[in-house]
Amino acid sequence: MSKARTNLPISLAMHTVLIVYTLIALFPVLVILLNSFKSRKAIFRTPLELPNSETFSTVGYDTVLSQGNFFLYFQNSMVVTIASLFTILLFGSMAAYALSEYRFRGNTLMGLYLALGIMIPIRIGTVAILEMMVATGLVNTLYALILVYVAQGLPLAIFILTEFMRQVSQDLKNAGRVDGLNEYQIFFRLVLPLVRPALATVAVFNMIPIWNDLWFPLILAPGEEVKTLTLGSQVFIGQYVTNWNAVLSALSMAVIPVLILYTIFSRQLIRGLTSGAVK
Amino acid sequence: MTALNLSGINKFYGRTHVLKDISLEVDEGEFVVFVGPSGCGKSTLLRLIAGLEDTTSGDIFIAEQNMNTTPPAKRGIAMVFQSYALYPHLNVRRNMTLALKQEKQSKRVIEQRVLKASKMLDLESYLEHYPSELSGGQRQRVAIGRAIVREPKLFLFDEPLSNLDAALRANTRVEIARLHKALAASMIYVTHDQTEAMTLADKIVVMNEGRVEQIGGPMELYNNPANQFVAGFIGAPSMNFFPGHAIHEKDTRTIGIRPEDLYVTDHGRLSIRIQHIERLGGDTNIIGTCENQSVTMRLFGQHSFCVGTDVAIDFDDAKAFYFTPSGERA
Repeated sequence: MSKARTNLPISLAMHTVLIVYTLIALFPVLVILLNSFKSRKAIFRTPLELPNSETFSTVGYDTVLSQGNFFLYFQNSMVVTIASLFTILLFGSMAAYALSEYRFRGNTLMGLYLALGIMIPIRIGTVAILEMMVATGLVNTLYALILVYVAQGLPLAIFILTEFMRQVSQDLKNAGRVDGLNEYQIFFRLVLPLVRPALATVAVFNMIPIWNDLWFPLILAPGEEVKTLTLGSQVFIGQYVTNWNAVLSALSMAVIPVLILYTIFSRQLIRGLTSGAVK
Repeated sequence: MTALNLSGINKFYGRTHVLKDISLEVDEGEFVVFVGPSGCGKSTLLRLIAGLEDTTSGDIFIAEQNMNTTPPAKRGIAMVFQSYALYPHLNVRRNMTLALKQEKQSKRVIEQRVLKASKMLDLESYLEHYPSELSGGQRQRVAIGRAIVREPKLFLFDEPLSNLDAALRANTRVEIARLHKALAASMIYVTHDQTEAMTLADKIVVMNEGRVEQIGGPMELYNNPANQFVAGFIGAPSMNFFPGHAIHEKDTRTIGIRPEDLYVTDHGRLSIRIQHIERLGGDTNIIGTCENQSVTMRLFGQHSFCVGTDVAIDFDDAKAFYFTPSGERA
């Protein structure tokens, strides 16, 4: 095992593949970032060049920061993403705990029912959702988005977390009971810390689609006050003229929070993805 | 005062009757071992006493109080689990103090008890370590320490030694016996290993298929087993059984004789063919067959026999046990 790992040609080949993949994956992001600092003409003439003294321009950022309600959109996106993630993780893990820990009639059926949503794209129900939101008066509020994203995220969250929670030893939970913890304390103080890698995995899988979503903000919350960042950036994309400087700048800035959240979760995520395989 | 009193305990899982009408008493300060083959219900019984599962019928009294519906934490018990069940994200000190904090004990009391328990178990230098940094034996001691700090009326041990290697198991066994003397507490200990039962117990409860087969002191069970199951379970190597007609014609009883009570003699009433010889230095175990039954003979000292040869063996009639075809003592 250790011999194979230190084998130079194999390790070299492995790293080459990984580096090439990394470059391919990072390339579009890099192009966006580079071009966001260029003047409009330079974006089209020399899209792959670094910005130099002639072509350097922050006009895109200026436009974004002065024209659109950038900070409001940013804040809306942040609120929606964090609130959705928090709710998905809280209720998803609670449901998963109940399914994995308690024996009750219809346990398996309930588990299957809750996981069914994985196979049904939520967008199919857009019209019904819109009607429901209109009826409840939630259209053009962030609540509408949060509710939809929670519904979209829960099935997979419950499915993954149930599997992880089954692995938490029964003795450990019983030890907690003997030590005087109630069921909520066992859940919050013993089980949740032990499935933290799984929680991080679920958080990352849910975070990115929510942050990037254009569909539901466009339909459920297109009002100026509640626009998310992705929707807000669309003002710069017109039918006839597109302000590429602004679009690229807005996109560059939209990447930052995702990067920050990802860094927070990533250490846990790697453990979460490999924990089943290595142990 | 009785530390524990069970009367008419029954437990069903669905239609499976796992515990059948179990009644027993544990006196204060007594060390009681539940022993039996795996699946006999001994661990389930322990979990009922702990309150981790509900009885289907019957009453549980701990320190003469009915505990049928009392939650585990309020029963005045502490439990040591087979897998240790240490909280992996808490260090040793916090593992030991969690229950005391839940009980809202004062800081001074907590500090005192942790100090006392860690001194008793040689854990003082590990208090800030996490369970993953400890060896198996140390984890076991932390698990015991977590029980000791609570100063319970009744200790429950669920196969605590089964995850340790042989040498450590022997040491920890002595350690647990020493703790029992030092704490003078009532303890219930579940194991499938009859050696642990014999060496630790004041009183052994032999269980089989959800029933109590016999309750008694170790020597009582060894010298006077109530039935064939107990006779075969207690003692190592286990008792040999022969059909009665091997000695007297038309005897339908089964004869039980312990390996140490068999000896080699020229005019023995039985003849065995030697299959295998275990030379342990101090003892020699000879495994052979007689009337298609496997027979183990334990001889003291070192002997030279050849595998495949026939030897005549005999025993003292006074040391033999007789059982009816249904397994009861005859």
